[in-house]
Amino acid sequence: MIKGRVFKFGDDIDTDVIVPATYLSTFDPKELAKHCMEYTHPDFYKTVKEGDIVVAGKNFGCGSSREHAPIALKGCGVSIVIAKSFARIFYRNALNIGLYILECPQAVDNIKDGDTVSVDVNTGVVTNESTGKSFQAASFPKFIQEIIACGGLVEAIKSGKYTD
Amino acid sequence: MKLTFTQQILAAKKGMNAAQAERQLAPGNLILVDVDTAMSNDVTAPVAIDVFEGSGCALCNKDNVTFVLDHFTPNRDIKSAQQCKRVRDFARAHGVKNFFDVGEMGIEHALLPEKGIAKPWAVMIGADSHTCTYGALGAFSTGVGSTDIAGIMMSGKIWLKVPAAIKFELSGKLQKGVSGKDLILHIIGMIGVDGALYKSIEFAGEGVKSLSMDDRFTVCNMAIECGAKNGVFPIDEKTDEYTKESTGKTFPRFEEADDEAYERVIKIDLDKLAPTVAFPHLPSNTRPVGEVKEEIAVDQVVIGSCTNGRLSDLAEAARVLKGRKVKKGVRVIVIPATNKIYLQAMEKGYIKTFIEGGAIVSTPTCGPCLGGHMGILASGEVAVATTNRNFIGRMGAKDSYIYLASPATAMASAIAGRLIGEKGLEE
Repeated sequence: MIKGRVFKFGDDIDTDVIVPATYLSTFDPKELAKHCMEYTHPDFYKTVKEGDIVVAGKNFGCGSSREHAPIALKGCGVSIVIAKSFARIFYRNALNIGLYILECPQAVDNIKDGDTVSVDVNTGVVTNESTGKSFQAASFPKFIQEIIACGGLVEAIKSGKYTD
Repeated sequence: MKLTFTQQILAAKKGMNAAQAERQLAPGNLILVDVDTAMSNDVTAPVAIDVFEGSGCALCNKDNVTFVLDHFTPNRDIKSAQQCKRVRDFARAHGVKNFFDVGEMGIEHALLPEKGIAKPWAVMIGADSHTCTYGALGAFSTGVGSTDIAGIMMSGKIWLKVPAAIKFELSGKLQKGVSGKDLILHIIGMIGVDGALYKSIEFAGEGVKSLSMDDRFTVCNMAIECGAKNGVFPIDEKTDEYTKESTGKTFPRFEEADDEAYERVIKIDLDKLAPTVAFPHLPSNTRPVGEVKEEIAVDQVVIGSCTNGRLSDLAEAARVLKGRKVKKGVRVIVIPATNKIYLQAMEKGYIKTFIEGGAIVSTPTCGPCLGGHMGILASGEVAVATTNRNFIGRMGAKDSYIYLASPATAMASAIAGRLIGEKGLEE
């Protein structure tokens, strides 16, 4: 079970906003974390705590393929990103590196910045502890569930279960 | 034919006939596919190499791995130098032949087609979002992250969701001074930055003929900017001409796909297409440049990138500049995308035109496009660029402003010192 304070963002949050390209000459999570959202939300890195939750609108993580974006969020301690939808490369990257993500438009519409939210990652149930309302996120296809269960892509390939 | 071009490529790769593919490659199905090329660059390769080495697995196939050092090269600082060295050492240790360093390098998405690595019917996966460029040649190509590249290094395969597709039916032909960049900006403006999320965008119709290979590269390059997984053009005489030079071969055609194979069909009349520009801070924030009435003063113009650094892009920019000068105070940076393009531009006299006209010409690099080096913007500055993204802070300061445009519009703006189309310059 994940539980944390919510940082809420809008639609089309791009990877240049999540971590500007000029910092890409490292992939150290703690270094990248210092620059996470720095152009648009300069206080984010200073206030986000281990286990906190990012909630966003549609097309989260659009733009470049940089894995540095989910790495930076993970480096900040973000436990999960809940969005209306994800840009497809960010979606893959997050799953591959073991950053939890969920698509749940109703939850996004009913969660405010600063709310406390809990998520059961096994069932996909998102609960806004501040209002008591619960929401069911879309479930992942079986193939992707196995990647998540293995702890990411590398372990999934090594497990021998990487077949279609 | 009930299969889209994308499904036809994936079916060929999986050894499926049409009937099998209709069942097993339905949009939304998850599949594993053999990869022809797994490309990464100096930003994404070091992460992939770390993950790969951490896995303890052997390199599945050194010949399907390609590295291009193009983003922060020639090394902009010590950290970037270390990143490049990591890739260089790995390539040498594993005998990776498709390794392109300073001297042989170019911007990856211009270089791989030129070298014949990107070709029709190939499955091209790159740790760079603009990998979708190679669909111009009739390849299936898409961007992923570094761990996905490590996964291909381990297994030779990648998992993909078969995409639904949108067909753009093109009629008419591009008018003088209107380019592939104007077409793709128009499309992104029409459907939005997530208008094709998780989908293919495919091009068909008579109008395709009027698009040069360079136009097609530009169009497919920016498929990602409307969220698409990939973009694909049919394989035709123009493709043949290109692949004869790059690979010494021609390739079989796709079968034409029925409209029913597509989720949506959008018709575009190229005769009516006008030069288009995207205002800050989204590529979908488009307007025909002729309708821009406000005065937008320009500090810098960038002509280059994986989107518009090819020979015909430089030809357009040189055509507009010839006999004119860039306005004093406007910094104009021209970046040929590969050494071959640089040399051809020199032979054709474009480089001379640029330098005499008051521009500078750089060695191939992604450089300013992603705010790396070679032309970073200060607070409040405005750039007109032929690049692909105008997100906040993309080319430098968080309060700088990028207008995305074609090479002709960018050079016209350089001459006028304000955002203007070529036609406006003549008035």
